[in-house]
Amino acid sequence: MDKRLRRILPTVQKPARYTGGEYNEIVKDKASVKLRMAFCFPDVYEIGMSNLGMRILYGCINEVPEYACERVFAPWGDMAEAMRRENIPLYALESGDPVSEFDVIGFSLGYEMAYPTVLDMLDMAGIPLRSSERTGLTPLVFAGGTSMCNPEPMAPFMDLMAIGEGEELDIELLRLFEKARDAGWSKAEFLREAASIPGIYVPSLYEPVYKADGTLAELRPLPGAPETVTKRIVADLDKSYFPTKPIVPSTEIVHDRVNVELFRGCVRGCRFCQAGYAYRPIRARSPETVISQGIESIRNTGCQEATLLSLSSSDYRYLSEACDGLLEYCEPRSVSLSLPSLRADNFSMELMSRLQKVRRGGLTFAPEAGTQRLRDVINKNVTEEELLNTCRIAFEGGWNGIKLYFMLGLPTETDEDVLGIAGLADKVLHTWRKYSPNRQRGVRITVSTSCFIPKPHSPFQWEAQVSMDEYRRRVNLLRGAITARSIQYNWHDASTSFVEAVLSRGDRRVADAIECAHKMGARMEAWSDYFDFKRWLAAFDAAGIDPAFYASRERAEDEVLPWCRVSMGVKAGLLLRERHRAYEARLSPDCRAQCSACGALELLPEGVKCDG
Amino acid sequence: MDKLRLRFEKTGKAAYISHLDLLHVVQRAFLRAGTPLKYSEGFNPHAIISICVPLSVGMESLCELMDFRVTREIDLAALPGELNAVSPEGIRFIECYEPQRKAAEIKWLRCEGVYEYDALAPEISELDAFYRRGSIPVTRRTKRGEGVLELAGNVRDFELERCEAGVRLGCTVSAQEPAVNPELLVKALAQLAPELGPDFASWKRLGFYGSDMTAFR
Repeated sequence: MDKRLRRILPTVQKPARYTGGEYNEIVKDKASVKLRMAFCFPDVYEIGMSNLGMRILYGCINEVPEYACERVFAPWGDMAEAMRRENIPLYALESGDPVSEFDVIGFSLGYEMAYPTVLDMLDMAGIPLRSSERTGLTPLVFAGGTSMCNPEPMAPFMDLMAIGEGEELDIELLRLFEKARDAGWSKAEFLREAASIPGIYVPSLYEPVYKADGTLAELRPLPGAPETVTKRIVADLDKSYFPTKPIVPSTEIVHDRVNVELFRGCVRGCRFCQAGYAYRPIRARSPETVISQGIESIRNTGCQEATLLSLSSSDYRYLSEACDGLLEYCEPRSVSLSLPSLRADNFSMELMSRLQKVRRGGLTFAPEAGTQRLRDVINKNVTEEELLNTCRIAFEGGWNGIKLYFMLGLPTETDEDVLGIAGLADKVLHTWRKYSPNRQRGVRITVSTSCFIPKPHSPFQWEAQVSMDEYRRRVNLLRGAITARSIQYNWHDASTSFVEAVLSRGDRRVADAIECAHKMGARMEAWSDYFDFKRWLAAFDAAGIDPAFYASRERAEDEVLPWCRVSMGVKAGLLLRERHRAYEARLSPDCRAQCSACGALELLPEGVKCDG
Repeated sequence: MDKLRLRFEKTGKAAYISHLDLLHVVQRAFLRAGTPLKYSEGFNPHAIISICVPLSVGMESLCELMDFRVTREIDLAALPGELNAVSPEGIRFIECYEPQRKAAEIKWLRCEGVYEYDALAPEISELDAFYRRGSIPVTRRTKRGEGVLELAGNVRDFELERCEAGVRLGCTVSAQEPAVNPELLVKALAQLAPELGPDFASWKRLGFYGSDMTAFR
């Protein structure tokens, strides 16, 4: 270990985050591999190691014997400061080698607030921030992850973006890079060739042209660039790579457990939800695979908790079968099985009771809106009756804590809808009073609201975000209406949501603001410990952009959007139709009741069906 | 023979695993190795594992002791190897045996420190003279607030020699009642003779002894 590092580690909080050496870590001899990739996660170890996507790709790339993939996380403030003071460059955990020595540097970008951290990590690695400043082929700097479905705000910093799922795409990209490096291609030659790989977006091959009013006239493809970059998917989850020998962290992380993935995509089509549209088509793992991968992972890690992951577990066709199979292994070994993302219906409650025999965690539901009208607008197919019925079963079963998540500022929201949230919480409390077998124990109902952020590739991508003042007014309205002592109300900060809204639907000019924020010291902006709204306002100002133009402006339906060159497989026409239906408060059936012909089916090979 | 003791090393990267995290790490290693670990009964069962004398984060050890219980007979000689096959880097199990004495009977701890001096290291004789003072009161912060601990009498058998980084120091500290963290030896320099203080010091535990200075088992 580096002498300087050895000296600072005892002085920082939780140093085990910065050493690597965990069980199941993959360490390769750098002399015997052909290519080294630094997989960077722009947040702390505890968050990054909880991310299933990163674990899948880390394992997947390391499956190639001649490639070595190492992990890099952002150090917490005390460590970052110490590293800068001692001139220790950002390093990868497996080898301890500086990130700048790697051939390829890949960032996983799941949420927009991490953007400044990406720049901070590049800076700590001593790598120029802008693609144009990095003239050589190596290191190649690229990004993937859900938030890259709008690549433009990060366009100047990345050599390219990988759109969609990375299992196959990343390997194809690395193969091409290896070929280019060995043949001595220039960076420009490589990027032009890379643009022909389906799913690769090379931002330097698109030129934004703006109108006088500041909107995009065009995002012009330069020679060699495809008109549209369509995201990549893995067609068959049973045949695709899954890490059943995952790294076991030696220090506590946020989700310290075995993850088993049930399926990708979601049949529901909630109109505010980016994931519901961006992860289509629906592809399921067979229950046999789920069970065997789960058991194998538990064996290989010694974890005592396993969780089944998907966007909506209740919609997995073989949920009972998979749970039974896993329980058969888990129960005698005191391994607990948890099932997040359940819908508020009877079946789910029975299942929950079966799973959680001993440790009974809290229950969380996300009705998202307070009235049926508004829930119809957003196509959240949960009725008050269903929710209250579920609460009744839960209370009768001994649960005495329920969390309810809502959004404020959804399109068409009125004060009546806001007050409806308080009304719904009251009804839940009433249900508890009526059905709780043990009222002495009391009840805790938590209502949380966040500010709605319109996201690219969702039917609400054209909407304006409500202003911060308006959001705060609605928060206060709701605060006044929640009077019961056993109902606690938490609300998310308005300013973070405002900045996130700018970054989510930003164009290439927003990149300047991100860079300014970084230069002013922004990093880890998803953490309230570090988020500084005044600094963001100063950064927007310095970059000469008006944040309200991006956050608070409704887009015309024919406006050229910054993410227009990226296709997530869903037709723009469907998004528009869903938007119009929202204004009529008209529901759309879920994919299983009736296929919406969204277009995602075309991403699958011929003859393969969407599981929707 | 349900009560057992394991001796293990915690070195290199593993030195930075905290005490609490270590319990978790070891518990999972047991599960991977299929050791029939005994769990507490009750609503929230947890493995019955205890580390005899907790180790500070960043300090290495060649002699950690851990007591645990099993639900059925196991092959004591095979256990260290089985655990080593499924342990993270830097955790290495040496031997497993039935304890002869209770952990509370641990009295002395032999350890080795390496004092690194970026500029010139002081004379060995100067350090030696310091640690032979009749009284070395060191101020330290504990959970109960600030207090003064007398090192003289609680640290013994000093051996000092030059090494590449500066000075290597061997000593035996009181492990329990009072528990003397060897880092206090460096703190004492900073407080009482700052001109002798190193730029950095690293420590390694070498072995535990009873009050009679026989090896503790």
